[in-house]
Amino acid sequence: MLKFIFHRLLQLVPVLVVVITVTFLMAKKAPGGPFSAERKASPQVIERQNAYYGYDKPLPVQYFRYLANLAKGQLGPSTTYPTETVNQVIARSFPVSLQVGTLAMAIALAFGVPAGVLAAVRKNTLLDYLPMSFAMSGICLPTFVMGPVLAIIFGLWLHWGNVAGIDQAENTWLPPIFLPALTLGLFYGAYVARLTRGGMLEVLTQDFIRTAQAKGVNSLRIILKHTLKGGLMPVVSFLGPAFAGLISGSFVVEKVFNLPGLGKEFIKAAFNRDYSLILGTVVFYAVLIVVFNLLVDVIHALLDPRIRH
Amino acid sequence: MTADAPEITSVAIPPSLDEAQKGTSLWKDAWRRLRRNKLAIIGLINFVLITLFCLIGPYFVPYQSGEQARSLQSCRPMEPIYARIQERKGKIVRTDFIPESKILDENAFITVSKEQRDAGLAQLKRGEPLKAGRYTYQISARKHLLGTDALGRDLLVRMMHGGRISIGVGLAATAVSILIGVVYGAVSGYLGGNLDIVMMRIVDILYTIPFTIFVILLMVFLPPSIFLLFMAIGAVEWLTMARIVRGEISALKHREFVEAAVSLGLGRLHIIFRHLIPNVLGSVIVYSTLTVPQVMLLEAVLSFLGLGVQPPMSSWGVLIDDGAKTIETTPWLLLFPAAIFSLTLFSLNFLGDGLRDALDPKSSKD
Repeated sequence: MLKFIFHRLLQLVPVLVVVITVTFLMAKKAPGGPFSAERKASPQVIERQNAYYGYDKPLPVQYFRYLANLAKGQLGPSTTYPTETVNQVIARSFPVSLQVGTLAMAIALAFGVPAGVLAAVRKNTLLDYLPMSFAMSGICLPTFVMGPVLAIIFGLWLHWGNVAGIDQAENTWLPPIFLPALTLGLFYGAYVARLTRGGMLEVLTQDFIRTAQAKGVNSLRIILKHTLKGGLMPVVSFLGPAFAGLISGSFVVEKVFNLPGLGKEFIKAAFNRDYSLILGTVVFYAVLIVVFNLLVDVIHALLDPRIRH
Repeated sequence: MTADAPEITSVAIPPSLDEAQKGTSLWKDAWRRLRRNKLAIIGLINFVLITLFCLIGPYFVPYQSGEQARSLQSCRPMEPIYARIQERKGKIVRTDFIPESKILDENAFITVSKEQRDAGLAQLKRGEPLKAGRYTYQISARKHLLGTDALGRDLLVRMMHGGRISIGVGLAATAVSILIGVVYGAVSGYLGGNLDIVMMRIVDILYTIPFTIFVILLMVFLPPSIFLLFMAIGAVEWLTMARIVRGEISALKHREFVEAAVSLGLGRLHIIFRHLIPNVLGSVIVYSTLTVPQVMLLEAVLSFLGLGVQPPMSSWGVLIDDGAKTIETTPWLLLFPAAIFSLTLFSLNFLGDGLRDALDPKSSKD
């Protein structure tokens, strides 16, 4: 198991090198720079600013200097927020995204798994069609449609939650991250439900289930003890892509609900050509995704001994 | 007709051997299975109808997609519209249009008593012209079926033109992803060995890279163009296709017909493209159908973030973004584009599921 984890961690290195190099080249080669504004500053000012941030050095020098700093865990200064380093920007904004993402994942599993199990057990009855139609609608109503609709219903009509962002928090009984999390959670819950149903159906038709039924094991126990472990395999595999999806989903919901999360900072940084903030965010996301995929693989290996070998 | 012509009418002609032995082909079989799946057929018909609606619809609507009318901002769907005709010395100088919701803001209605106002309104509603001050008001035949946006542009026409872009990008980007994925997967699967291991390792590594982020960076850094948009999306959506094709090809390559082709001395490329790829078309079609909605979703997300299709062009993602901004005052601007977008995704997903069951009964979960 340790060897498995070690191998996967080694894989992190080429991924990061590719990600950093591609992002670095893309950002530097793009037209425009962090100091090109609509009101043109004098060339001397821009020159001095570039010199201050080290953007006047040749590209390879900048590249290796960045790698050296990265090795020390420093992501460099931000040009959008002159008083903060990139580390500070991430430390301030990521907790918001993390809370929304975690709650969204919890909502997705809490809705998706029971719905999928129910549909599989009561296959081709109303209890199958009804949740599965809901799941299909969930997939076809993307977050940027669901978000504004939920904002209108719960925020403006019912006044249960606030939709103007955390800063303008009124005293509403829903926490400000709930509606964004619900928006994302319903979307991924739909996928989880479909995957659960598929996985459960596959296991339910196998011989050992029939044996258990023949032995007279009660059906609740069959589902919980014998089927669920195998049936949830597709859901576990989906968690990796779902996590990456939650990150890009956070770009959308943070825009819709005006949340000061990392996704919003990333989009802003890209528009502002804030080189070190772009690079820092992308590297951070890449590490996060690789580590999460590793976790998923470990869970997989724990559930299914065949994978370990 | 002469007498020596043989009498053949009484002779029963046996069915030709060819015809009797002709089995049903994979495609015929699949079509038969697909036809039985009502949801998939509804999806197919629906998608064709929506595509036709976007392609030929604009020719039946009397407005252009960029046509703005300042006085007709944010009309409700089907709202009655009045013409305001300005005359001087018996000649019509100017005609513009006022929606019903704004007619009471006109000078002619503000400055008069309540009774006169109601009487005037009633007169207008009966279809009679109303003369007030310099203007003559009259109900007009102009109608905006789905209302207008904040610039007075007809929503229906914008949705049709937006749909052309959305569906076009969806199909084009999927085509790009098929091209890359099939060739990559086929080469990797057929050649096998170390090359296969390396190529699939690359796919594994690419899977872990946050690609949406790269598409976003590409769209921000490079000059916006629709060509770039579908190339970028296509370039990130080919991974799963490559895996599927590689898996099938590496199973197929040990079959006898490939051995026969090899022993005939056919080249590798010839075997891959003429003998192997046609055999995996089923999976390719199924997965492509499911890729189109994913691609459309990604395009819409990008457009929603302001990174995809740029004005004056529009796509459903752009329209949904516009609508979401003013959802309180003009909810129909979100409702209609969102509805047609979701309906398209619905249709394609049902069609894809149906095709999977039809072309690959083994993988069907039922």
